[in-house]
Amino acid sequence: MGMTMAEKVLARASGQKRVKAGQYVTASVDRMMAHEAFASCFITLKRLGVNKLYDPDRVVIILDHYFPAPTVRMAQGHKLIRQAVEEFGIKNFLGHAGICHQAMVEGGHVLPGRLILATDSHTTTYGALGAASAGIGVTEMSYVLATGELWMQVPPTIRFDLTGKPVPGIMSKDIVLYIAGEFSTEIAQYRAIEFTGEVAKRMSLASRMTLSNMGVELGAKFAFFEADEKTIDYLKERTTETPSRFGPDPDAEYETEHSVDITALEPQVAVPHNPGNVKPVSEIGDQPVDQAFLGSCTNGRLEDLAVAAQILKGRRVNPGTRLLVTPASQKVMLDATRAGYVETFLEAGAHITPAGCGPCPGGHMGLLASDEVCISSTNRNFRGRMGSPESQLFLGSPATVAASAITGRITDPRQFWSETTLS
Amino acid sequence: MDMLIKGRVWKFGHNVDTDVMAPWNSLTEPWEERRKVILHIRPEFAQEAKPGDIIVAGRNWGCGSSRENAPENLKNLGIGAVVAETYGRIYFRNSVAIAFPNIVCPGVHEAFEEGDEMELDLKTARVRNLTRDIEISGQPYTSEMLNILEKGGLLNVLKERLSNEVGG
Ligand code: SF4
Repeated sequence: MGMTMAEKVLARASGQKRVKAGQYVTASVDRMMAHEAFASCFITLKRLGVNKLYDPDRVVIILDHYFPAPTVRMAQGHKLIRQAVEEFGIKNFLGHAGICHQAMVEGGHVLPGRLILATDSHTTTYGALGAASAGIGVTEMSYVLATGELWMQVPPTIRFDLTGKPVPGIMSKDIVLYIAGEFSTEIAQYRAIEFTGEVAKRMSLASRMTLSNMGVELGAKFAFFEADEKTIDYLKERTTETPSRFGPDPDAEYETEHSVDITALEPQVAVPHNPGNVKPVSEIGDQPVDQAFLGSCTNGRLEDLAVAAQILKGRRVNPGTRLLVTPASQKVMLDATRAGYVETFLEAGAHITPAGCGPCPGGHMGLLASDEVCISSTNRNFRGRMGSPESQLFLGSPATVAASAITGRITDPRQFWSETTLS
Repeated sequence: MDMLIKGRVWKFGHNVDTDVMAPWNSLTEPWEERRKVILHIRPEFAQEAKPGDIIVAGRNWGCGSSRENAPENLKNLGIGAVVAETYGRIYFRNSVAIAFPNIVCPGVHEAFEEGDEMELDLKTARVRNLTRDIEISGQPYTSEMLNILEKGGLLNVLKERLSNEVGG
């Protein structure tokens, strides 16, 4: 019997010929990434007398959640991290290139088959490139930074076979919201996901990243796509290593396989306060919005901004609504500027913020007051996630966010849609 | 660490996420401020929870973020343990790493009402409702997890490992 992608990575990382779902292993970690949480790891390691990391070249550090610093306290944190990077001799300090996950991928740190752990739950994003990647907390990260390894359970894998042809105006975000609503946010708990099928094959890398990103919202430890020709092409310009295609063995064993036909799928919206409370946009009713947010590691990439710009071109943001656009990275910001999207957004009356997490985690900027409503392209709408516990957060695709910003209420983007696009 | 825990039960529902256990904009606040908003979906909890109290929860307790502050806040509040139907995996790992007892126990949500008295054996994952005289079995920790718990957390395991490396 062959192995799943998760089993293959964990077998290699634990130095065994084969491992099976359920087994516990000690895995050697190929890349460790930390954002602002690194300050806490640094303090912990120093307290324990650790002056040398296991392998500084495997470590990537990025400042994204609070950049530029909104308070003196955060500025101090950033300063401490820069010192720590210096002291530990970490070469891969990506500064403030953007959201950690986007910067990791753009920087060529994510390769198919790698085991990557990071201090952020949306580390599952790298599964889009065939990497086994998961979030951990600061205590485990401190341990990994010092020793290079961690105990892990080999997860069973479930497959989502994505079939059919979407109607115009449907984005990969709608697919993953639909899965969360239909199969629940626990469907992949303690498990790995492999997204397969003709739709998965056709998707751009950016669209795959949206699904893998929200894999954690389905409970998953890893959320893979097969690394195919498209993946290799993407990586060619970004790494000096030679990435190779990576997928499961043909006779790998799966816990379950779900078939998801997206042919008749409508745009989907998650209603407060859980990403699994999902309805088709037509069932939302008349729902005014105070804020619309386009950004995050889920949907702040160039193709997301392109779709939103296409919808906003020649139109205006509703005067009762503020539209905030936060590109996922400096590179996305530059590409979007060159493509003219930034101008389109500004002409429409949107506000562009510096690249990074922006309003997503609810601590840096763009917070919501009590009883305010936001439609957001982010991944979780937990109570109080973006500000007041009395605010209401709805999740939708970049198209839905842009359309809703124009009308000032949650809106089916298909009324503004002209071309067939699967993003 | 004491392997037999006894306490009064607070009951929570399904999908209680890390953001409500540790809201992001509270993370940089001093403890006295931070503690007020822990599990703010029930504002009386942070005020009235007593050291040694136990949380019984439904499915997917601690779904969401990797922020370790979620289990850490509960631990700092003095909560003795959490027993839930299922967990968000990162929260669960974090709770082991900081030696805060969390037991997976299908059926626990039905077996307890708010205010019941629980006795919990961390070694065997045996869960007893002393008020109603019910006994159910949770999933025992693996020996590796128990070792981390007994040593008082993963950092103590690391400390031991480092001193062995230096010494040996
Ligand atoms: S964009 Fe949001 S979800 Fe993504 S890493 Fe930043 S805070 Fe987390």
